[in-house]
Amino acid sequence: MATLTPAGDFRTSYRADMTIFPTRGSRLALWLGLALVAAAPLALGRYELGLLINIGIMGIAALGLNILVGFTGQISIGHAAFFGFGAFASAYAHEAWHIPVALCIPLAGIATALIGLVFGAPAARLKGLYLAIATLAAQFILEDFFARAQWFTGGVAGRITEPFALFGWVADREESFLYVVLAWIILMYLGAANLLRTRDGRALIAVRDHYLSAEMMGINLAYYRTLSFGIASFYAGIAGALYAHYLLFVSVEAFNILFSIQFLGMVIIGGLGSVMGSLMGAAFMVLLPEVVQAGADALAGGAIDRALKLGASISFLREMAVGAAIILFLIFEPDGLAHRWRLIKAYWKLYPFSH
Amino acid sequence: MDSALLLQLTLNGLIVGALYGVVAMSFVLIYKASQVVNFAQGEFLLVGAWVCWWLLTDWQLPFWLGFLVTLAFMTAFGMILQVVVLRPLIGEPVISVIMATIGLGIFFQALMKWIFGVFAKPFPPIFHAEQVSVLGLQVQSVYLLSLGISLLIMLGFAWFFTLSKHGLAMRATAFDQQVAQSLGISVPRVFAMSWAISAMVSALAGVVVGVVNGVSSALSFYGIKVFPAVILGGLDSVVGAVLGGLIVGLLENWAQYLDANWLNWGNMYGVAPFYALILILLIKPYGLFGTKNIERV
Repeated sequence: MATLTPAGDFRTSYRADMTIFPTRGSRLALWLGLALVAAAPLALGRYELGLLINIGIMGIAALGLNILVGFTGQISIGHAAFFGFGAFASAYAHEAWHIPVALCIPLAGIATALIGLVFGAPAARLKGLYLAIATLAAQFILEDFFARAQWFTGGVAGRITEPFALFGWVADREESFLYVVLAWIILMYLGAANLLRTRDGRALIAVRDHYLSAEMMGINLAYYRTLSFGIASFYAGIAGALYAHYLLFVSVEAFNILFSIQFLGMVIIGGLGSVMGSLMGAAFMVLLPEVVQAGADALAGGAIDRALKLGASISFLREMAVGAAIILFLIFEPDGLAHRWRLIKAYWKLYPFSH
Repeated sequence: MDSALLLQLTLNGLIVGALYGVVAMSFVLIYKASQVVNFAQGEFLLVGAWVCWWLLTDWQLPFWLGFLVTLAFMTAFGMILQVVVLRPLIGEPVISVIMATIGLGIFFQALMKWIFGVFAKPFPPIFHAEQVSVLGLQVQSVYLLSLGISLLIMLGFAWFFTLSKHGLAMRATAFDQQVAQSLGISVPRVFAMSWAISAMVSALAGVVVGVVNGVSSALSFYGIKVFPAVILGGLDSVVGAVLGGLIVGLLENWAQYLDANWLNWGNMYGVAPFYALILILLIKPYGLFGTKNIERV
């Protein structure tokens, strides 16, 4: 993946090469962005805050999937099932053992990582299409497990969860839960960005780029493939747990294959192998239905609306938009939004001499 | 023990399994010719069945005419999909191609729900005799028809790949694209043709299932059941796909029998093939009959 540094801009020390935010501008943009999100409850309504929270939660899960798909080159069509497992695990741990919710979330992440390792064991030997099919099977098996394990998931009735609480501070509204999600996002994104600078992170990328060469350089393929499954499941578990304590209710049907595909869509649209791209992709996927809804609302009552039954079939329109977005991005922008963003930045930086 | 029930379930398994085999065959056809894993195979069934249903009910066409029009439409449909969506993705990584077919799958499934609604709709009756008796078992005549059609399709495939010029060209392309090209075979045309045939055959299966069970989005689940079948049979073997389909059909029904009599877990019918799939992949990562890739550097 091209990093698009302009000509003449060389790194002269390892320190400069390793830094996550290379320029003062990017550091400033980071602080500004964080400040804006932190101030959002002052300006936005509950619905918009809910969207922000959703973007955050999906962003964490998408980042996990991106570590698996974008960095290690493995594919998983069962991410939503792991997300769901995290949600139920956190809810169950709180109810059965009375562990505080703040602790339940990381615990759920660890539990999901273990489940991910179980399903990742076949992944150590599989790749490409066979792996895709194996994870598809994992999706159906876990979904079936959710429907069956009444003690764990509450069965058809679903499970009611408690809000997040820490030292007497209860985050049961959008305004307060936003900060919980924000803290986790910072933690998880810094974690991922740092992971990629370590030996393990570079090993994952080597496995993606050419696994035979990687193996010859002494990278244990089975270990790293399984590890990346575990990490992806950990992220999914954390995101699922946050989701459970945000909605305060987890239902069995929510974690279906369409949800899994949406995660894959986020990763593709955001950009395979880009940390910030995962967040962009998540934002795109969360906002896309809103745009479709807004479009349908704008046409409501008109002749087009009556002829095409837009209002009644809005959920199908959303699904179609998801499918169409995935296909269009693959054909016209295969490197995703992150790449487009880099191009825009390079354009401004190099204007008017683009070479 | 209820041996009559077991026999009935076995028969059901064979009939459904033959249909799985047909769908798996058309899946393998695409994979062999163009190395694309088609996650939208089930949507081919769905689109085909809905189009046929629409021609029969809204246009009041006789069954044979509507059926032929459907097949012609689906042939064009498969070809257009290949040219518009899959051709620009040649040379992209496997993940991109898989995602593109998944995207197609969601898109057409939602489109069909939008146009035709979410409820199952029955086909107009085609046969006078609803049930016939075979070996003392009551069998719906449509089931017999479906078994017959499945066998016909399989024979057709066998003829196509061993004797016809286009079939041989397709096998040559699957074997080695460059060599095929140097022999004067147009590889893009072979790709488009494989999609066209695959879509047509799947639509045939879709119409048969639609006649038996009514048309609904559940049809696209056949596309997912294809995966256990092809993993069992090996991805690049047409005969294996048929065998895999039959095995999955039997497995489902026997799992249901086992479940109903002793286990009482519920829903084994849908999930048992996936357990089998994981087990097989654990033991033999290239499927039961698939060619093992030997990789040299």
